[in-house]
Amino acid sequence: MGKEWGELSADEKQEALFQRWLAPKDPEGNDLKFQSPEAEKGYKERITRIKDAIQLKKRPDRVPVMPLPSMFPAYYSGMTVEEVMYDYDKCYAAWKKFVLDFDPDGHMGCAAPGPGKFYEILDYKLYAWPGHGVAPEHPYQCLEGEYMKADEYDALIQDPSAFFSNVYLPRVFGALEPFQMLPMLPGILEMYGVAFNFIPYGLPPVQGALNSLMEAGGEALKWVGAVGGFDGEMATLGYPNILAGFTKAPFDAIADTLRGTKGAMLDLYRQPDKLLEAMEAITPLMIKLGVGAAMMNGKPIIFIPLHKGADGFLSDEQFKTFYWPTLRKVMMGLIEAGCIPFPAAEGGYNDRLEVIKDLPKGKTLWMFDQTDMANAKKILGDTVCMLGNVPLDLLSVGTPAQVKDYVKELTGTAGKGGGFILSNGAFFDDIKAENLKAMMEAGREYGAYS
Amino acid sequence: MSKELVNAIAEMKEQEALELAKEMVDGGSDPMEIMGAARDAMGIVGERYEEGTYFLPELILSGVMLNQIAEMVKPKLAEAVEVERHGKVVVGTVEGDIHDIGKDIVVFMLDVNGFDVLDLGIDVPPQKFVEAIKDFEPQVVGLSGFLTLAFDSMKDTVDAIKKAGLRDKVRIMIGGGQISDEIRKHAGADAYGADAMAGVSLAKEWIGVK
Repeated sequence: MGKEWGELSADEKQEALFQRWLAPKDPEGNDLKFQSPEAEKGYKERITRIKDAIQLKKRPDRVPVMPLPSMFPAYYSGMTVEEVMYDYDKCYAAWKKFVLDFDPDGHMGCAAPGPGKFYEILDYKLYAWPGHGVAPEHPYQCLEGEYMKADEYDALIQDPSAFFSNVYLPRVFGALEPFQMLPMLPGILEMYGVAFNFIPYGLPPVQGALNSLMEAGGEALKWVGAVGGFDGEMATLGYPNILAGFTKAPFDAIADTLRGTKGAMLDLYRQPDKLLEAMEAITPLMIKLGVGAAMMNGKPIIFIPLHKGADGFLSDEQFKTFYWPTLRKVMMGLIEAGCIPFPAAEGGYNDRLEVIKDLPKGKTLWMFDQTDMANAKKILGDTVCMLGNVPLDLLSVGTPAQVKDYVKELTGTAGKGGGFILSNGAFFDDIKAENLKAMMEAGREYGAYS
Repeated sequence: MSKELVNAIAEMKEQEALELAKEMVDGGSDPMEIMGAARDAMGIVGERYEEGTYFLPELILSGVMLNQIAEMVKPKLAEAVEVERHGKVVVGTVEGDIHDIGKDIVVFMLDVNGFDVLDLGIDVPPQKFVEAIKDFEPQVVGLSGFLTLAFDSMKDTVDAIKKAGLRDKVRIMIGGGQISDEIRKHAGADAYGADAMAGVSLAKEWIGVK
C-alpha cells in the first residue's frame, strides 16, 4: 500500500495528480471508455507533452500547442455570446466544434460563458453581460466598484468567510441583499439564545432571498447538467481539459472585485498596513480554493489570472511589497499540495521577470502576453514553463503568413530546449479563424524537437 | 506656502496637502494661487509618471487630492479657473468596451500637459464621437479599447467620422491593451500610442505644442 496523501512530498503529490489525470474516470467512478485506441493514445500523449514541458526534466516530443479562447468558440460557430450564455446546449456545441476543429493539446472546458439565466435570477451586479449592460454579441465585462468599503478591512481580516457570506455576497447579488440580516455563526454555541440567530430566516425579505437562492441553484444545476459532460466527452475523444480550477493573487482579489482598482490603489497610500494584513488574511483561502479544486478534479493545474501587477500598474517597489509576496505564498501553498500554479500575466511583465524568478524549478506555468519572450526565456528558462504569446492584434487583423512567421520565431526562441507551450498571449474573442489555424499548424511544424 | 502645497501633493502626502490647502483657504489666500499650486503639483506627478517613478497609485491619489482641494476652494472662487490650454482633445473607450483604467490615465496625462480634454467615458457609440467633434471641435480624437472587439469598434468610429465629413478636421490616435500599428491600419486611424506618454506626444505634435 502507498502512503497516505498527507505523508507524500510535494513532488509525489504532483506526480499522483498527474497520474490521476492520466487515468480519467467516468461519472460512476469506472475507468473512462475512450472512443478509440487512438483517442486514448492521444489523450495520454497530450498530457505527457504538457507535463514534460512544465516539469523541465525532459524535453517533450514537440512544443504543446494550446489556444486559450475567451468567447471565440461562440463567434466561430456563428453564435452570439448571449446565445451561448442562455442556451447551454449551444454553448456545448460551439466549444466542442472549437476543440475538434483546432485539435489542441489541451482545452479549458466550456464553463466560461456560464449560465446567463442564473445571473439574472440573482441580479448579479459585478458584471455587465449580454442583454444586461452589453450588446448580445459582446462578451461579459467586469463592473468595477467598491464592493468592499474603505473602512471594512478589519471585518475582512477578522473573519474573511463571514465577510464574503454576510457582506460581499449580498452586495454583488441584488437578490441576496437581505442576507445582510443573517447572524454570525458563533452565536450557535449553546442552547441558550440559539433561536435568536434564526429569527432573520423568518422574515419575508430573507425568505424571498432564500427562494431566489433555490431558484438560482436549480438553474446552475440545469446548466451543469447540459455542459457538465463536456470534459468527459472531450477526454473520450482524446482532449484533456488542462484546468483543475482557479484562484487569485491576493492583491487582485482585493483590487479587482472587492475594493476596485481605484480603492486598492488609494489604500496602498492611505492604509498600507491594512491592505497588507488583508492580503495575508485571504492568502490561506486562496490556497484552499485552488487545492480544493485540484483534489476534487484530480489534476494539478490551477489558473491564476493576474491583473493589477503588470508593467505600468505598480512601481518595482510596490510590486515587491504589495503584489508579489502574497502571490508567491499562494503559489508556494499550491506547489506544496502538488498543484501547478498557472498565472496568466496579461499585459507586459518585462519589469517583473527578475522578481518572479524566485520559485522552485519545474513547478509553475506562466502565460505571457506582451512580454519579451526571448528575454523571459533567458531569465526564467531554467525555472518555469512559459506559455504564450501570439499577440491578439496579429490573430485579429494579421495574415496567416504573418502568424506563421511569428510562431516560427517564437518557437525558436521561447521553445528552445523545452519549457514552452505555444498559445495566444491573452484570451481572445472574435479573431480570424484562419489565423488561429495558421498558429496551430506552425506550432506543430516549427515546434517539433528533432 | 503654495510651494509647500506643491511639494505635499507631488510627494503623495495627502493629509499634509489637505491641511495646507485648508490653511491657505482659511487664511484668505488667493484661490487662484491655491489651484495654481495644485496644478503645478499635478504637472510634477505627470512628469514622474513619464519618467517611470510614479505609477497608477500616484496618478489616482493625486487626482483625488486635486478634487478635494478644488472642492475646498470652490466657494471662494468668483469665477471658474481658466487655465490656458494648448488645444482640445476628445477621448473615449469605444463602443462595446467598458474598460476605463487606460483611458483615464491618458485623460489625466493630457490634462496635466495642458490640453482641454473632453472625456466621453466608456462604451461610446461612433455617433457620440461624431457629435462631440461637431460640438467641442477638438483637433485630436483619442480612441481607447481593451478587448479585441474594440478593433472593429475603432474602425466603425473612424468610418462614422469619415461619413460625417469630419475626418479632415481631426487627427485620430488609438491606444489600449492589445492595440498596435496593425490595428491602426485596420481602423484607419492616424497613429497609435503604446502608452499615455505617446498619446501626449502625438497630441503635442499634431496641435503644434513645443
